[in-house]
Amino acid sequence: MNWAWENREQVIDLTLTHAWLSAVPMVLGFAIALPIGWYASRHRRLRGTLLSFGSILYSIPSLPLFVILPGIIGTGFLSPVNVVVALTIYAAAIMVRSATDAFSSVSPAVLDAATATGYSSRQRGVGVELPLAGPVLLAGLRVVSVSTVSLVSVGALIGVSNLGSFFTDGYRRDFMTEILVGVVGIVVLALVFDALLVLAGRILMPWASLTRPAGVEA
Amino acid sequence: MSVVSDTVEWFSDGSHWSGDDGVPIRLLEHLGYSALTVGVAAAVAIPLGLWIGHTGRMRGVAVSVTGAMRAMPTLGLLTWFALISGIGLTAPILALVILAIPPLLAGAYSGLESVDRQTIDAARAMGMTEWQILTRVEIPLALPLLVGGIRSAVLQVVATATVAAYVGLGGLGRFIIDGQALSDYPRMVSGSILVIVLALALDAVFVGLQKIAVGGRAPAPATSST
Repeated sequence: MNWAWENREQVIDLTLTHAWLSAVPMVLGFAIALPIGWYASRHRRLRGTLLSFGSILYSIPSLPLFVILPGIIGTGFLSPVNVVVALTIYAAAIMVRSATDAFSSVSPAVLDAATATGYSSRQRGVGVELPLAGPVLLAGLRVVSVSTVSLVSVGALIGVSNLGSFFTDGYRRDFMTEILVGVVGIVVLALVFDALLVLAGRILMPWASLTRPAGVEA
Repeated sequence: MSVVSDTVEWFSDGSHWSGDDGVPIRLLEHLGYSALTVGVAAAVAIPLGLWIGHTGRMRGVAVSVTGAMRAMPTLGLLTWFALISGIGLTAPILALVILAIPPLLAGAYSGLESVDRQTIDAARAMGMTEWQILTRVEIPLALPLLVGGIRSAVLQVVATATVAAYVGLGGLGRFIIDGQALSDYPRMVSGSILVIVLALALDAVFVGLQKIAVGGRAPAPATSST
């Protein structure tokens, strides 16, 4: 691990880039999936269609998607935007299913009670449904986080720098230490993201750790 | 537009459809590697997963191992193995097998767990042996999730086999990796389209198989969240 210390500037630099390339798709994917999931939990007929569409998007392999995106959205071939857009698609595809499950798990009796106490439909959505769906949403985000952090590294194959660049560079130079540094960096980054999500969950939903609803374990 | 017309041109060029580097051979290679690795992984993971699901033993270990494997960057595993074992097919094939094991294992044990305990108790009360319970009650009822696990494994392997072209594996990924080395963008796009079509086609086949597995019964629970 001396090598990692000697090259600490590059390690830190690539770790930050990797974190950035992972965080943006997670946030965007979540923001896109939340309203779709809420809508799908309301409309049984659309639900199947939306979920199968999500599963089709998720089954597209990542490297080919990175390659064809510039031709579709007109970005430069080496642009990190391709990776961000592709990973946003995957994040949204996983998250739509979680969000649908999350909002469907809210008991209709609670919704009726909220309406009866005079909540408007917007207040009810934000003040009642969202917090109650929270634990299942968090479980979905944790799955998205692990898979996104890991998938970013494939971007190194098309020249987008991140911790995965240690894999391609280490392979070319026949230098195993560099590859190990990349693997450790990615696993640590995934653990940090996961810990941050769990922490955010504790702070935003202090009740969830006391009464753990079924389905939280992902 | 030029990307589209260049790609159409690439596909209509007859020389891309014959020889060792032609589309049919690369497609067969890709399918061959995928079938081989999923086959080997299934031979290991499905019996193990059935044993875990039937006995309930080692479940905690299986859950954490499959969870940890998801964080493993596939490109890192591929390049690492390739450096250890040198040039050849062993490293990429081994990496593909390892990556296919977690979804197969999870499909098998969560499939058995989805079977109602009362059904199993009833089978036992009727005098079925443990083997009969497994083969005639648990496996048929677990089939939708079991097939779901195979579906995830196949998609994972088809995608990773593409990436494995970087460490020398054949298959459709060659068009992408070689195309990049030669700055031949139409070749990369055409290879990508072929992989995507293959993945979607295999996914559609498995959606069909899952429907058959569910059969006339009520659909299985949609998620394997436990």
